[in-house]
Amino acid sequence: MTERHATKNDNLLRTPLYATHLAAGARMVEFAGYRMPVQYKLGVLREHLHCRAEAGLFDVSHMGQAELAGPDFETVARALETLVPADMLGLASGHQRYTQLLTGDGGIIDDLMVARPPPEGGMLSMVVNAARKQKDYAHIAARLPAGVTLKPRDDLALIALQGPAAEAVLSRLAGAATGMEFMQVARLDIGGVTATVSRSGYTGEDGFEISVPAGEALLLWRLLATDKRVAPIGLGARDSLRLEAGLCLYGADISTTTTPVEAGLGWSIQRRRREEGGFPGAATIQREFAHGALKKRVGILPDGPAPIRPGTALFESEAAPKAAGYVTSGSLGPSLGRPVAMAYVAAPFAANGTRLVAEVRGKRLPVVTAPMPFVLAHFKRQRVS
Amino acid sequence: MKFTADHEWVEIEDGVATVGVTNYAQEQLGDVVFVELPEVGRSIAKGEAVGVVESVKVASDIFAPLSGQVAEINLVLTGDPSLVNTDPQSRAWFFKVKLSDPAELNALLDADTYRKLIA
Repeated sequence: MTERHATKNDNLLRTPLYATHLAAGARMVEFAGYRMPVQYKLGVLREHLHCRAEAGLFDVSHMGQAELAGPDFETVARALETLVPADMLGLASGHQRYTQLLTGDGGIIDDLMVARPPPEGGMLSMVVNAARKQKDYAHIAARLPAGVTLKPRDDLALIALQGPAAEAVLSRLAGAATGMEFMQVARLDIGGVTATVSRSGYTGEDGFEISVPAGEALLLWRLLATDKRVAPIGLGARDSLRLEAGLCLYGADISTTTTPVEAGLGWSIQRRRREEGGFPGAATIQREFAHGALKKRVGILPDGPAPIRPGTALFESEAAPKAAGYVTSGSLGPSLGRPVAMAYVAAPFAANGTRLVAEVRGKRLPVVTAPMPFVLAHFKRQRVS
Repeated sequence: MKFTADHEWVEIEDGVATVGVTNYAQEQLGDVVFVELPEVGRSIAKGEAVGVVESVKVASDIFAPLSGQVAEINLVLTGDPSLVNTDPQSRAWFFKVKLSDPAELNALLDADTYRKLIA
């Protein structure tokens, strides 16, 4: 959602919920060209824990929403498959998939969610990172065949409801929410607001991302925020929640210098695409699937209480002169009560349980590579028995 | 109580300065989750980074407001860093330093000057 206000102290964009955040006591910061809430009155720690215990409400209207339209679904899906490695032809109506826009070397231009919204299922919609949307849109638009068009939807807002109570909260307003499964997409009437809802999120919890016209955002926010189980959550806790959940932050954990295989995102490239290729960087990525990547994203658990911050170098031993890797995200994991981090390490050091040392302020502190997510994910999946 | 432009407070008694961060500093930091203090006995020079205070997201240096030798550190604080948020200008003291150059005291800010700085 894009609305420029150049009148006050800054030239930053505001979402339709800007005034609501201020009224709720939010501390606002610059993020990706927007003025966004980094925390509310609860503070980062309690917001994080509240989202894991009950439900958190996030304004993520700064993210880029766009539609890819064409004569029919197959034409649109084929066009997108030339830019991303996921199987788009196989995406059923009413579902979404996680994928990446790739460079010719297999580097990640951005990561995104692609949905095939019902009931028509004739087009694809996408959600991209706020800081990358202009670059993404230009990249996509320049590579589309005749008849397929990209339409940025700056007229839409996006609100995420996340946490174990998310389903109970939303289903009071829209009963059909209960029947949705992880990564399903549906059009729902939420207390009179027509919304496109996906069962997904960026916290490791069950939850929903809800897209509505910007003019309806305030009404939807109020409908959800008045529920006693719901607290607004700022970008600070959004980051610690996604880190504990092992989810990548673009620009930190993934970038044009990392491939999906190096980043541990190979699961998002379905078998047909791995075999057929036909996406940017396919040669590199197929080679990495066959022979292994040179570096890998891993979880890091420090032995001690000091948080290990992005940019920290990792070494094989106290004495090793040459770094074995580097940290890309790191902070306290509030649900674990200990620091957690993500890093890239050379392949020989990537096995779980590898002892390494992190250089923090001149001292080498012991750490161990660990599986992610750091906390158990609580997605709503179909029971297979 | 005196202050520095780095948002630290200093209380002087018998040539020993007790040092902490101000209420304004803890408000800016948000929830403090980790504190690292200098070793007792270490000689520190005014302006030197001698410790760290970290919130969930950010690590900030603690600078020596005065030169001298570290006489004592607050081990209660390293065990419970959230004291910085709940009682920043009393129980959340960081360390005590035995002063080597009392003339440096002249550069500290009084409460009024510090208040104007953060206004």
